[in-house]
Amino acid sequence: MATYQEYILQNEERDGIRFSWNVWPSSRLEATRMVVPLSCLFTPLKERVDLPPIQYEPITCTRPTCRAILNPLCQVDYRSKIWNCNFCYQRNPFPASYAAISETHQPAELIPQFTTLEYQMHGPAPVGPVFLFVLDTCMEEEDLQAMKESLQMSLSLLPNNALIGLITYGRMVQVHELGTEGITKSYVFRGTKDLAAKQIQEMLGLNKLPNTPQNQPGQPQAAPQNLPANRFLQPLHKCDMFVTDLLGELQRDPWPVSQGKRAVRSVGAALSIAVGLLECTFPNVASRVMLFMGGPCTQGPGMIIDESLEHTIRSWYDIEKDNNKYTKKAVKHYEALATRAANTGHVIDIFACALDQTGLHEMRCCTTMTGGLMVMGDSFNTSLFKQTFQKVFSKDSKGEFNMAFNAVMEIKTSREVKVNGIIGPCVSMNAKNASVSENEIGIGGTTQWKASGVDPSTAFAVYLEVVNQHNAPIPQGGRGTVQFITRYIHSSGQRRIRVTTVARNWADPSTGLAHITAGFDQEAAAVLMARLAIYRSQNDDGPDILRWLDRMLIRLCQKFGDFQKDASETFRFMENFSLYPQFMFHLRRSSFLQVFGHSPDETAYYRYQFDKQDLTNSLIMIQPVLYSYSFNGPPEPVLLDSASIQADKILLLDSFFQVLIYHGETIDQWKKAGYHDKPEYENFRQLLQAPVDDAQDILATRFPIPRYIETQHGGSQARFLLHKVNPSQTHNNTMWGGQPDGSAPVLTDDVSLQVFMDHLKKLAVSSST
Amino acid sequence: MMQPTGYPPNQGPPAGQGSGYGGYPNMPQSTGYNQPPGVPSASASMYNGSGNVTYAQPGVLQTTKQMPPATSGTMPTQQPPPSAMNGYHYQPQYQPPMGQYPPSHTGYGQHVSTAPLGGHPPPSHYSAAPAAPTQPPQQGYGAPPPVSAGGGGYRPNYSAPPPPTSGQAGHPVPGGPPGTAGYNQSPGPQQPSMQPPVQGMQNMQINNNASASYAAPPPSGLPASSMSGITPGYPPKPGAGPGMQPSPYPNPNAAAPTKRLDPDAMPSPIQVIEDDRMNRGTEIFKTQGRGLVPPLVTTKFVVEDQGSASPRFIRCTTYNLPATSDMAKTCMVPMSLSIKPMARLPQGEAPPLIVDPGAEGPIRCKRCKAYMCPQFSFTDGGRRFQCVLCNAITETPHNYFDHLDHMNQRVDKFNRPELCRGSYEFVATKDYCRNDKFPNPPAFIFAIDVSYNAIKSGFVELLCRQLSSLLDHLPREGNQEHSSVKVGFITYNSILHFYNLNSSLAQPQMMVVSDVNDVFVPLQDGFLVDLQQSRHVIESLLTQIPEMFKDTRETELVFAPLVQAAVQAVKSAECAGKLFMFHTSLPIGEAPGKLKNRDDRKLIGTDKEKTLFAPSSNFYEKLAKDCVTQALSVDLFLFPNQYIDIASIGQISQLTGGQIYKYNFFRADIDGDRFIKDLAHDIQRDIVFDAVLRARTSTGVRPVEFIGALHMTNTTDVELAAIDCDKSIHVQLKHDDKIQEEYGAFVQVALLYTSVSGQRRLRLHNINLSVCTQYADLYRSCETDVFMNYLAKKSVNLGCQIATAKIREDLLSQASVILAMYRKHVASPSSPGQLILPECMKLLPVYLNCLLKNDAIHSSHDISTDDRAYLRQLILSMDVDETQLFFYPKLLPLLQSTTNDDGIPLAVRCSEDKLQDNQVFILENGVSMFLWIGQAVDPTWIQNVFGAQSAAQIDIDLGSLLVFDNDDSRNLREVVSKLQAGRTRQMKLTIVRQRDKLEPWFRHFLVEDRGAGGAASYVDFLCHMHKEIRTLLS
Repeated sequence: MATYQEYILQNEERDGIRFSWNVWPSSRLEATRMVVPLSCLFTPLKERVDLPPIQYEPITCTRPTCRAILNPLCQVDYRSKIWNCNFCYQRNPFPASYAAISETHQPAELIPQFTTLEYQMHGPAPVGPVFLFVLDTCMEEEDLQAMKESLQMSLSLLPNNALIGLITYGRMVQVHELGTEGITKSYVFRGTKDLAAKQIQEMLGLNKLPNTPQNQPGQPQAAPQNLPANRFLQPLHKCDMFVTDLLGELQRDPWPVSQGKRAVRSVGAALSIAVGLLECTFPNVASRVMLFMGGPCTQGPGMIIDESLEHTIRSWYDIEKDNNKYTKKAVKHYEALATRAANTGHVIDIFACALDQTGLHEMRCCTTMTGGLMVMGDSFNTSLFKQTFQKVFSKDSKGEFNMAFNAVMEIKTSREVKVNGIIGPCVSMNAKNASVSENEIGIGGTTQWKASGVDPSTAFAVYLEVVNQHNAPIPQGGRGTVQFITRYIHSSGQRRIRVTTVARNWADPSTGLAHITAGFDQEAAAVLMARLAIYRSQNDDGPDILRWLDRMLIRLCQKFGDFQKDASETFRFMENFSLYPQFMFHLRRSSFLQVFGHSPDETAYYRYQFDKQDLTNSLIMIQPVLYSYSFNGPPEPVLLDSASIQADKILLLDSFFQVLIYHGETIDQWKKAGYHDKPEYENFRQLLQAPVDDAQDILATRFPIPRYIETQHGGSQARFLLHKVNPSQTHNNTMWGGQPDGSAPVLTDDVSLQVFMDHLKKLAVSSST
Repeated sequence: MMQPTGYPPNQGPPAGQGSGYGGYPNMPQSTGYNQPPGVPSASASMYNGSGNVTYAQPGVLQTTKQMPPATSGTMPTQQPPPSAMNGYHYQPQYQPPMGQYPPSHTGYGQHVSTAPLGGHPPPSHYSAAPAAPTQPPQQGYGAPPPVSAGGGGYRPNYSAPPPPTSGQAGHPVPGGPPGTAGYNQSPGPQQPSMQPPVQGMQNMQINNNASASYAAPPPSGLPASSMSGITPGYPPKPGAGPGMQPSPYPNPNAAAPTKRLDPDAMPSPIQVIEDDRMNRGTEIFKTQGRGLVPPLVTTKFVVEDQGSASPRFIRCTTYNLPATSDMAKTCMVPMSLSIKPMARLPQGEAPPLIVDPGAEGPIRCKRCKAYMCPQFSFTDGGRRFQCVLCNAITETPHNYFDHLDHMNQRVDKFNRPELCRGSYEFVATKDYCRNDKFPNPPAFIFAIDVSYNAIKSGFVELLCRQLSSLLDHLPREGNQEHSSVKVGFITYNSILHFYNLNSSLAQPQMMVVSDVNDVFVPLQDGFLVDLQQSRHVIESLLTQIPEMFKDTRETELVFAPLVQAAVQAVKSAECAGKLFMFHTSLPIGEAPGKLKNRDDRKLIGTDKEKTLFAPSSNFYEKLAKDCVTQALSVDLFLFPNQYIDIASIGQISQLTGGQIYKYNFFRADIDGDRFIKDLAHDIQRDIVFDAVLRARTSTGVRPVEFIGALHMTNTTDVELAAIDCDKSIHVQLKHDDKIQEEYGAFVQVALLYTSVSGQRRLRLHNINLSVCTQYADLYRSCETDVFMNYLAKKSVNLGCQIATAKIREDLLSQASVILAMYRKHVASPSSPGQLILPECMKLLPVYLNCLLKNDAIHSSHDISTDDRAYLRQLILSMDVDETQLFFYPKLLPLLQSTTNDDGIPLAVRCSEDKLQDNQVFILENGVSMFLWIGQAVDPTWIQNVFGAQSAAQIDIDLGSLLVFDNDDSRNLREVVSKLQAGRTRQMKLTIVRQRDKLEPWFRHFLVEDRGAGGAASYVDFLCHMHKEIRTLLS
């Protein structure tokens, strides 16, 4: 283990975990002085190609309050066939089936490299995942067509054992019965009415005994279980032709939309019915409600805005001033739905494509509480949507779907550590035990969380607390241990348990502060702080969050910086802290915390993505990466700075949500002159092509698909670049007409990184604080 | 007719005279005649013209028949009293043994026929009488001298001069006097006879012997004399009658059983109908002038619109209104109009012409808003016109001006239907439309019950198979190639299924709405579609429906949500519509309008019986109002196997101008054909939507009550979601003030509607009525069929508020008053002991009895509550033809050669006396049809018609007649189909074998006989009425 850097990466590779501190302060008091809390970013289902398939149940600690799972960090007495739980120190005998173990003949769970291990449970033939499509029909013909095509295409991508269902909505909500012959049949609900699950069940005739099939011609005989629900949710292989035809015949909502009105769209009711349908038919079965919407809900429960176009949809200003009558009610509606869905382990995905807002702000809880997907686009007829949707059904290297269901993540900690909470797309299971800290951060007060939908990149931020008292020494060689047990349903329907057990060394800050400092992971810390900041901004102190971030940064500098009092020029940071202020600078400016210039929907979307993406993506979101292409050499990463904008360079900006290619002024002129079409300027053509190819690589791997933009000096879309870069040159410090080197000034009053740092140093070294 | 005997002691001779028979005598009396010479004479002449002199008298009613009395008198001997009475009056004859029948018969028949003729008849009468006389004189009679005396008294008059004089004289001159004189005389003598009242009484009893009840009362109430009067009255003809009685008396035991009134001697509907057919069947009825009494509804005649509405559109209880309300109240003859605004006209009569008045709309009186009609008079050279209703003067609009000719008639009169016709139409402008928008073409929505019962009964399958072809006949306006009516489909059980039939779809889309508590229509485009464009989808749907639901086990049904949905559908489509609902059982599904079985048969006959026929709550009434507001008419096709609460759900169709069809225990193989034909008729018939009917009247009277399948939100406008060519509405008028006799009375009925092509139009019917101050005139212009129609509707309308017994009582008392007032004011000279009926109303007793014993009104246990409720609903929309037939069914002997022009056998009276072992009868009342087969019918006939060896082997479950290629079979089928052709609904054919278990049910319809449950026979009833009348007079 050469450097911490390598150690961290290795750990991430193996366990999908990044701690903010890789050496832990040994007392509560010291821990609180570390400024950045002890926390980690954990990717429970990180894709691992090398994991052996373990076909048996894990062995658990016999202490009823513990039930930790046997792991490589446990002490094992091979002779007496006993293992010590490393959380509660209970001595547990091995079961009879382990009689043959020895130092040289270890089961996988004791092999050190398998700190992360996956058990695959046997059980009754699983019911395949359920996909319930909830489609908006109030949209333009082209959009509708595109959506229909995407769906039809997706049928071929779905798992073979999948069950599918179809609900369409406009003014009314229609639940389509599948597999009828000669006639298509749907149950219609008024979009203005919120129905309890039981009512929905009755109205769909699902309360009837299974053996009294109701008016259902063609309803097959030998469905696995001949439930009435089979009329609405049928195995793909039985009904894909039918669904294809049904989608083909799907018409725009027939109710006329008069001048000056929005289409009447019953998103809230439709979603309620979808949730209700699954709730009573497939509780705790892997299920996704995939909601497609082409505009905001304009009637009934969950209404975002009324029909009249005279009323504009709420802005941040309205929300802050609390002067719109729908938001709060809508949020309440969607939260209730999300809670129900989460309770029964169902996922809600939202695909919202519209030029105006669609209400993601109010609906965000549906995805964050169930671990669903949220995709925001301008139109269903864009590659952004089409490819993103296609990617939902992508498969990993083992040919398995990148989706897992109904995951319950449990965290076990050694005695010195307690759990504050989690920030990420999940809900609390309210399982309290001794590991639960009184101090909540994020979703706390529990040691179990449920995420109805998880994918291999979903990362949770876990906040821990050292509870060891200052005067209680840590036993020599003792390590803080955390075990993550994630029980989930694999896309194949199989139940699986993923166990990750990690341990970190303790250090007494009074003597070993250097160790602790060295173990700082600034990237993880930045992301974890960012999640915390965003969480707080959404929940409690919205506007004050920047001040809090600043204060924390200054305190960090004070604590770990090397400086002389009141001499800012003497301030130095260790290398593993050096980027942290810069991350904070960009975070402050990011759209996660700055709502100016963004609609509530955009903000909701950005925050949603940030809350679930893994570390790399999160960092990109905080501080986009910028590559420069020129004739001078191979492409190189350049500073995210206005100074990087050069007339003779092509820039490639990846901000996660956008991938942007920017042609400097000169390049642009050349291009307009058509040089790249001339054989003698082949090299120019190649230069133009290089960033495009690279961008395609990004687009190909990223989910959701970023918005792809090509622009040039002075182009309107260049704003995406200009508002991200550090405004080192602005109209305030630059002459009009640009720099001699061709870089472009940014028209902003924001401070530049330089100014930010200067102030930071000044404050950090100031003796007054 | 009682006159004969009755010699009311009191009345002196003078009184006696009136009555007589005749009308003649009366005439004179009736000042009316005499006084306004002009008028009376005119009327008289008219009548004469028509041929039936007597008719003129009818007013008097009585009928010449009296003559017979004379004869009777003459024939003291006659024993066969029966024949005598008859006339029109009721005469209690005692009929001797059957044997006597024949004679009586003939006598009777003649009477009747003669009656009208007036003068002529006498002879025949007489002859008849004489015939009777053949019998031994009243030996029995002898005992009671008085009686005999009475008879004698008569005779004198009669025998000698009276008959001839009265009859003939009457016409030429107010022969009345003479005749009367004759009568008077008779009374004189009679009086003495009367004295032995007791006897009379007894006689009565005897007669009635069967109906003890009747007998009893008489003694108590009436003076003996009256009683005797009755009996004797009878005798007149059959002088014997009286004679007979006496004898019975004396020898009570023996004679009693044999005696009774001869039903044949009483006024016979058959005869009246036949006479009217003979006399007026060939005339062209020109609606010119005022107060014309049209021929009976049973008579085929041709109408020529000469400025007043055809009787096919409007008929009145009386065409001569009493001038004052006192007069109206006294006589209790209702002033009521039966309006059938969309009536279909027979071939040869042109439908009302359509006038397009242009953008300005029709010309109307500025004050009362009456529409331009032939009765408006132009003045001031045509620059102004005067309203006939309110007399206001309105400027003629510039562009409507035309010059007047020397008669003050507009020059263009005959170019403008509104100036020369009684019925015509205006094309309406936007002002006459809902929301000032021209309407869309209406829609037909078919709602099919697909519950377990429905599927099992087979009607769903049948309906779906046939509907497609029925839809080819959606109503369309004359010049249209295709109907513009849109169609939509719903199926339902405990939930509703709508269908998207958009023509762009390859197959229909079913949309299920389970939220029956808050129902809504899930789609707009595609629900109501154009038949032509969406034909393929509709056919596909109709194939699918039986298939889809064939395995259903759903038994719960809803009702109201479906109607609500249909209302919403037409509302969102902004059109009027008609909902055809095919429904099987009580709606017990959890939904608005849920009903429970409240059929408590213990209530029948009690004061609470009415609650069975009152809706269970006002829910359905409200729902119906919603329907009317959206102009949705609902027709119910019911297929119940048990109680379905028609009293409640029926309101939906009743208030929306709809109709109910009911098929108990439906079986597709038996009832299918009937159902499909009914449906076909319902789909095809002429219908208009979103209609408002308003009747405007000239000053002095105003419309006060509207009865029928309709709804009203204020007191003047009748709102009709739809009205078709079979529906009629009754409007009752009331006096506001005295009416000027010389101006007459005028009624303008305006119906604003949307046609099947979506055109908004106004149809106008104008009718001119006379006004009289003399009762005789009033009684001369009455129409009993209309009156019965009115009484029936009114009774049914009150049926859920007032106890049945009370209704019956009221009916009886109203009829009694009418007849009594006639006696008092028109025929007063006659003896009170006589029953004298106005000619126009001589059938009132028989019809009234039919009404009273009809299942709809009578507290019967034989028929289910639903069936009774159903009948009541039917009656509400029946027109005059239908009620006439419904209450007095047609009984046709099939195996005889005498037929009328149509090849239909001549009807006989509805009495078991007419049944013959070797005969086959068809009985029809417009709702059901029976084929009665006598035991001794020729087996060949049975073989030919049923393919069976004998009557016993006939399969009586056949819903229709088998088809065999022989004359008997063809003939029967032809008759049946001819009878059916004139009906608005298919009659269920029931085959009844003589002495079979169904026969009692069949006999139920022989309305002249004593019915089950104590219903009176015609004879008994007539006696009873007579008693009532005398009570009133005394």
